[in-house]
Amino acid sequence: MYQYDEFDREFVEQRAKQFARQVERRLAGELPEDKFKPLRLMNGLYLQLHAYMLRINVPYGCLSSEQMRKLAHVSRLYDKSYGHLTTRQNMQLNWIRLVDMPEILNELASVNMHGIQSSGNCIRNITADEYAGVAADEIEDPRIYCEFLRQWSSLHPEFSFLPRKFKISVTGSPNDRAAVMAHDIGLRLYKNEEGESGFEVFVGGGLGRTPFVGKSIRTFLPTEHILSYCEAILRVYNQLGRRDNKYKARIKVLVHETGIDKIRELVEAEWESIRDGALNLPEEDIALIRARFTPPRYEAPLDSEDELKALREKNPDFDRWVDQQLAEHKQPGYSIVNISCTPIGKPPGDISSDQMEAVADLADLYSMGELRVTHNQNLVFTDVRRQDLFKLWQALVEIDLETANHGLITDTICCPGLDYCALANARSIPVAEKISNAFADHERQKEIGEIYINMSGCINACGHHHVGNIGILGVDKKNSELYQLMLGGSAKEDASIGKILGRGFDEDGIVTAVENVVDTYLEIRTDGETFIETHRRVGDDPFKERLYGASPKTR
Amino acid sequence: MTPSKKGFTVPLLKQGKVADDTFVRIGDEDPLPDQGDVIVGLSRWQADRDELTRHKGSLGVELAVGESPSEIEGDLAHFDVIALDFPAFSDGRAFSSARLLRERHGFQGEIRAVGDVELEQLHFMARVGFDSFLIESDDPEKDWTTAQADLDLWYQPTEDGHTTVRQKRRR
Ligand code: SF4
Repeated sequence: MYQYDEFDREFVEQRAKQFARQVERRLAGELPEDKFKPLRLMNGLYLQLHAYMLRINVPYGCLSSEQMRKLAHVSRLYDKSYGHLTTRQNMQLNWIRLVDMPEILNELASVNMHGIQSSGNCIRNITADEYAGVAADEIEDPRIYCEFLRQWSSLHPEFSFLPRKFKISVTGSPNDRAAVMAHDIGLRLYKNEEGESGFEVFVGGGLGRTPFVGKSIRTFLPTEHILSYCEAILRVYNQLGRRDNKYKARIKVLVHETGIDKIRELVEAEWESIRDGALNLPEEDIALIRARFTPPRYEAPLDSEDELKALREKNPDFDRWVDQQLAEHKQPGYSIVNISCTPIGKPPGDISSDQMEAVADLADLYSMGELRVTHNQNLVFTDVRRQDLFKLWQALVEIDLETANHGLITDTICCPGLDYCALANARSIPVAEKISNAFADHERQKEIGEIYINMSGCINACGHHHVGNIGILGVDKKNSELYQLMLGGSAKEDASIGKILGRGFDEDGIVTAVENVVDTYLEIRTDGETFIETHRRVGDDPFKERLYGASPKTR
Repeated sequence: MTPSKKGFTVPLLKQGKVADDTFVRIGDEDPLPDQGDVIVGLSRWQADRDELTRHKGSLGVELAVGESPSEIEGDLAHFDVIALDFPAFSDGRAFSSARLLRERHGFQGEIRAVGDVELEQLHFMARVGFDSFLIESDDPEKDWTTAQADLDLWYQPTEDGHTTVRQKRRR
C-alpha cells in the first residue's frame, strides 16, 4: 500500500496539533460549542446519543497490520474495546471522551491515521474497490489515482465549506464493488479502444432522502486530467449548489434540477480553462506516487491444489468457507480472502479489540501485512498464498471470524440506528440480527444465493437501503418503530434504486416479511436466476400479493 | 469604517497587521460622498458606473454570494478593492469567487473578506487570494499568527505563491 513520505506525515501531525489546540480552548471554556462544532466535525468527531463518536479514515479502504494494531490499542484504551466498520470503509469508535481526543489523535498520527474530513461539508474520505490492485478482473489499479485524490482533497482551500458533504468513489474493474453510481462523483477506470487509460465520470449519484443513480458526465477522461476535472465539477457545485435547504444541497439535486446536459456544459467550460494547469498529472508525478506503493513480493506458487482439495474434503466447514469467502487473485497461487465481520446474529461490522489485534497478526503472517475494509462492513486479506488457506481458516475459527456468508443473505449492511445514532427513527441492529438468525442455516443461504439486504434506521440512508436488493428503512409512526420494505435496488454496475412495496411492518413483522419475499423468489425463479434478476423480470406484484394479499385489480 | 452588528468597528487585518480602513461602505440608497474611498454593491456599480468612475477617491465593489465575478470581468481596472461577503461561516461560495478573480480574471488589487470571518478560515482564505480581512476578534494579529503556525503544508496548487507538497517532492 501507499507509504507516507515525510510531507504526508508532517501534514497529519500538524493537523493533530491544531485540533489539540482547539480542544484545549473548548475545555477551557474559550470556545463555545457552536463554534467548536464545525471544527470537531472537520476532524471526524460527532456528538451521539451517549458519547462522542470518532470516525477514523481508512483511505480507500487500505489498512496496514500496524494501523490495525493501533486501532486495537486505541479502542481498548479509550473506548469499550470494540470498533465499528462503516459502509464508507472507515472505522468508528462510539464511546469517546473529549478530554482524550488530543492523545487519541497523537496515537493515530503515529501510524499516519486521522479523522480529517471524515465528516462535515467537505470532500470525504475517498472510497474504492476493496480488491483494488489484486483483483483478477481488474483493468487497472485505481489506488494511484485514489491517492492523488486523497492528497488533492485534503484541506482543499477552496472546497472546505461546500453546500454539503461530497463523496468520491473509484473502481478499476468492470464489476463495480465500489458503488460508484451511488456517489457524488463516481469514477470508472478503463482502457479505450486505443488502449489508453481513462475514466468514465459519473456525477450526482447518492442515497439519503432523495436517492439518485449517478449520470455519466464524460465517457472518457484521460487519467492525467483527473484532478482538474474533479476541481471543475467541485467549482461548479460550490458556486451553484443549493444552500437554502440542507436536504437539497447535495450535487445530485443540482444535477437533477439543472439537468445533466447543462451541468456538463458548465463543467466542461470550467475545465477548459484549467485542464492544462498545475493540476495536470505528468507521467513523472504519477511515477513518483506509484513508486510509493510497495509492490507485494509474490512468490512462485507451490503446487498445493491437491492438498487443498484433500483438506476441503475432510473439513466440510473449511470447504464451505473456501467456497464462499475467496475471490480470484490476479497472481497465480494467491487468493483474495473475505473475512466476515457480520457473523450470524451479531451487529454487522462490529469487531472487538482482541479480534483487531489477532487479525493484524494474521495479516502479517498470511497477507503481507495488508488488509482492506469493505463497503459491506467486512475485512479483506489481499494476498494470501493458497497453501496458507487452511492455516488461516483455523486461526480465524479461534477468533470467531470464520463465518462463511460473503454475498449471502446474512451478510447484511446495517447502520448503527437508534442504539447509537441521535438522528435515528428506529433500531436497526436488533432487526438485522433477527433476520440473520432467521436465515442462519448455511444450506438455506446457499440455496437463496446472491442477495443483498441493506438497512437504515432513518431516511438519511447510512445503511444504503435504496440500493439493497431488499432494502429496509426504519421510520417512526406515532411513536412506534415501523419498518418499510423496498425491493429492486442494486449498488453494482447495473445500479438501481428500490421502491417501497407497501405499508410497513413492526419489528417481528419485518422479519417474517423478508422471509416471505425470499420464499416467493424461490418459488418463481427460473434456473440460475439471482434475486435481483427475478425481481427485474417479474416486478413487485408477486411479492406484493404474498405480503398484502391479491390486489383489487387481479381479484 | 464598517460597524459590526454589535456596534463597534470591525478591525481590518492586512498582511498580518491591523490596518487603517480608509474605505466606507455605501449602501444602494446612500448618497455618494464628494470624496474619500468607497465600496459599493454590484447593483449600485451597475446603476451609477459613470458617476462612480468620476469619483474622487479609491473605489471598491462588494459581491454578495451568488454574484459571479464574471459580472465585473471587464470592469476590474476601476476597482482598488473587491470585497467578498461571507454571510455565514459555513457558506464557502466566496472561496471560489476569490480564486476566479485572481487566477482567471487576473485581478491585482485587494480582495477583502467581509461578513462572518473567523480565525479558523484565515489560512484557507489566504490561499485562494484574499489579502485583507474584516474580522470580529479581540486580537486579529494573534489570530493571524495562530492560523499561520497551524498549517504550512498544502497539497493544492493555487496562485498564491505557496510551495505545494508536490513541488517539494520534486526537489
Ligand atoms: S441512517 Fe439514520 S439512523 Fe442510521 S446511522 Fe444514518 S442517520 Fe443514524
